[in-house]
Amino acid sequence: MPLNLDQYVGVHATALDVRARRGELIAKNLANADTPGYQARDIDFRQAMARAAGDKTSGTPMSTTLTTTRAGHIGGTATADAASSPDLKYRTPLAPALDGNTVDAQIEQAAFAENAVRYQATLTFLNSKFRGLLTAILGG
Amino acid sequence: MSSFKSFDIAGSGMAAQSVRLNTTASNLANADSVATTADGVYKARHPIFEAVRAQLAMAGANPESNPAVRVTGIYESTAPASQRYEPGNPLADANGYVFAPAVNVVEEMVNMISASRSYQNNVEVMNTSKELLLATLRLGQG
Repeated sequence: MPLNLDQYVGVHATALDVRARRGELIAKNLANADTPGYQARDIDFRQAMARAAGDKTSGTPMSTTLTTTRAGHIGGTATADAASSPDLKYRTPLAPALDGNTVDAQIEQAAFAENAVRYQATLTFLNSKFRGLLTAILGG
Repeated sequence: MSSFKSFDIAGSGMAAQSVRLNTTASNLANADSVATTADGVYKARHPIFEAVRAQLAMAGANPESNPAVRVTGIYESTAPASQRYEPGNPLADANGYVFAPAVNVVEEMVNMISASRSYQNNVEVMNTSKELLLATLRLGQG
């Protein structure tokens, strides 16, 4: 039975991808902490993971497909981080500023730190997976 | 490679905040530069921040995956200059008045603190991103 590396690393590869995307998004929130009218965004992790897992089976990684129900419809794919992406949410502000900015630097910092720790946890999982594989190859 | 985008984002934030720090420094340095006329007096400068979205979308790039913030311009405050009676000042006009810039020193100090905090936030993001990226590079090495 050949080894399927994708199957072997399992959900962690996707999780790493989504974590990296979330880190980027929070970095953007922090960079725009003083931009008037900027609305903070975040990823619904559960939804993003579910979608990524669904995409994996359909063969187009991290994409949204348009449903075609009639002959005249045009199918298409959008990348996962397009504006219309269903797992991208706006953060509910606790104390919105008068200029329309909804970034709360403390909340974003906490989210960024949490995301970083979880990213490292996923890395640890992946690392131990590879170590296990190496042990099997080298025989201890 | 998407992990490097965090660096661009944090970098644009740092650039924007340093422009803000520069304008604040300029405003504070010129807080006491008096002039003979109301028009000739120093005007407080403030940057305008904008989230980068529309411009990059037009260029065909994915709007959601691109950095971040930029300074679209620096506007000069239209607040009227304050008049001071200083007949001994060589810059005083015929009535003995000099014009001082409408720079609110307290406001500028608050601006400075806010800008430096935001700058620190971006530095922190950059450091963490770097650490995570290096950890990713070491993936599978032990």
